[in-house]
Amino acid sequence: MIFKVIKKEELKHLFDVLAAENRVVGPVEAGRDSNGRPIYAFDQVSDFNNICLDYTTTKISAKRYFLPYQEDLAGFRIDGKDWHKKINYNIESPYIFFGLHACDINALNKLDKVLLGSVYPMPYYAAKRKNMFIIGLDCIPQPYCFCRSMGADTALHGFDMFLTDMGGQYFAEILSDTAFNFLKNIKTAEPAYADRMRYIKIIAEKKRKFTVRVDTTDLANILDMEFQSDVWKQWGEKCLACGTCSQVCPTCYCYGVEETVNINFHEAKKTKMLYSCNLIDFAQVAGGHNFRLKRDARLKYRYYHKHRGFVEAYEESLCVGCGRCGEACLAEITVPAVISSVRGEES
Amino acid sequence: MADLKPVRTYLGMPLYRPKTAFFELSSCEGCQLQLLNNEASLLDFLSLLDIVNFREAMTEKSDEFEIAFIEGSVTRSDEVERLKEIRKTANTLVAFGSCACFGGVNQMKNRLGSEWVKKEVYGDHPVESGFARPLEDIVTVDLKIFGCPIKKKEVEKIIINIALGKAVVHPVYPVCMECKANENICLFDLGEPCLGPITRGGCDSWCPNSRFGCWGCRGPADDANIDQLREIMKKHGFSEETLRDRLECFGGFSKYTEAFRKNPEKKKEGK
Ligand code: SF4
Ligand code: SF4
Ligand code: SF4
Ligand code: SF4
Ligand code: SF4
Repeated sequence: MIFKVIKKEELKHLFDVLAAENRVVGPVEAGRDSNGRPIYAFDQVSDFNNICLDYTTTKISAKRYFLPYQEDLAGFRIDGKDWHKKINYNIESPYIFFGLHACDINALNKLDKVLLGSVYPMPYYAAKRKNMFIIGLDCIPQPYCFCRSMGADTALHGFDMFLTDMGGQYFAEILSDTAFNFLKNIKTAEPAYADRMRYIKIIAEKKRKFTVRVDTTDLANILDMEFQSDVWKQWGEKCLACGTCSQVCPTCYCYGVEETVNINFHEAKKTKMLYSCNLIDFAQVAGGHNFRLKRDARLKYRYYHKHRGFVEAYEESLCVGCGRCGEACLAEITVPAVISSVRGEES
Repeated sequence: MADLKPVRTYLGMPLYRPKTAFFELSSCEGCQLQLLNNEASLLDFLSLLDIVNFREAMTEKSDEFEIAFIEGSVTRSDEVERLKEIRKTANTLVAFGSCACFGGVNQMKNRLGSEWVKKEVYGDHPVESGFARPLEDIVTVDLKIFGCPIKKKEVEKIIINIALGKAVVHPVYPVCMECKANENICLFDLGEPCLGPITRGGCDSWCPNSRFGCWGCRGPADDANIDQLREIMKKHGFSEETLRDRLECFGGFSKYTEAFRKNPEKKKEGK
């Protein structure tokens, strides 16, 4: 790892260099809520001034850029007696992410394990994930953030460069050659002793700012034991079976595939659509039998996949603690509340 | 029975062009117009069906048909008779649009007192008009196409599946699923009510895309948790009336709203 300090005004130059030939995605203000608070979203940006580097958490993760909600996977077209197949990984040029928080970088690392590291890697994901250029950015823990409990409050890999705000300048961790080469375009300096000490202090301060935590001690076992617990029924009664939690989550990757024939009957295609284990037909099979007809069973399995099944397979949870699902859930079903109820803790 | 002639093939499989009739009962005919809207695919669409009766598009009529698309709710005794006649002929009877599926906007008058409504709508020239009822109150309905108005794209897909002999399926999840995929700001965050969490999807979150809350025109999703939405509306400061107005607008939630009326203050409905 190489460390540098970058004056704040230099960052705009870096953006301009990157944006000149690439598609840059960053946090922007999408609107204001009824209390006047900004609502952030990831969007393509062409003007540095539109990026909100002091953003809290975007309502929705950046996943439409690597796991689109809907994506045509393959198709064919009949031309007389001939036919052509069409397979498109749906990426023309790589994305540059300008300002991903640690939780979202860790989410990509987790997805990599499933979608790149398994026996059948997913080419649609790989095509977008490979060559992605990521500038990470430090953040201030919000009342719903529990990434620290999930070990996702710092990113150790999966980015090209990570910036920490130190007032007038950024402390930069440089991980890739690409980042190193891009930085030749702007003024940087070696961090002095005082800069390094300042950085250490800022990191330590951040750790003290978390207000919510999830006790993950022995969690996979506890979930195993409490499979029949009544708390699932209570949460199931609240759940709207709306799928919002999965849609906003940076690590939910489940999907369904639909085949459609064009109205001219010369073309057909397979389309993938992100789905959620909380939707009523998630576990419905051919013949109509549904293994999880009840809301509490489905909601439970969302937690079992994230905090038990994935842990057994990869020795880590499939949740980075970004808090988005709880924030977006109108029924106020949050990960910390659900886990603590399963553990029998007072809430 | 209509004589079905294969017209085209798809992957060597013959496609059938069923004789199809469109009828309207009490409605605005907006759903039928919606069908004619998308000019780019109109010819393709019409070529899939052998349309024998379509008042919005042609004048000659025929009494021979396989599929009957019926728009509108039933409000008069002559409509009841007509509907029964259509049912006798049709192999497949399709409730086309929310009026036919649930009574639609028309059924709001069922709660307002018919004399007052008649006076407001028809002035000094009243016509016979009773309660607005969905088709399935009178006859068996084979297929429902939801929406006020219906979505042309969705109807096209359904017709394609009929031509291919594939099963017709509707989304079972609520509007929120599509709304999130469209990355809309949630209306509750903007201080507005929305029925998206309990309403059947398939409209691609049409209303929230334009920052209007959903009014539930497609009726309940398969696992709609209406009691919970009631709690949510309350927490967000909306009155019981606000929720009821929306639930009652298209008639899709009539089963629940009747229970609401009976227990206005009770927190949870008994299961
Ligand atoms: S947990 Fe919340 S967001 Fe997820 S499906 Fe249930 S109600 Fe929707
Ligand atoms: S489950 Fe919730 S808190 Fe965990 S990563 Fe997904 S959205 Fe974030
Ligand atoms: S099973 Fe559920 S929790 Fe797991 S990735 Fe799929 S949608 Fe997300
Ligand atoms: S605006 Fe309505 S449909 Fe969209 S997420 Fe919010 S409640 Fe659901
Ligand atoms: S958002 Fe609701 S009211 Fe609007 S079209 Fe969709 S189902 Fe109908």
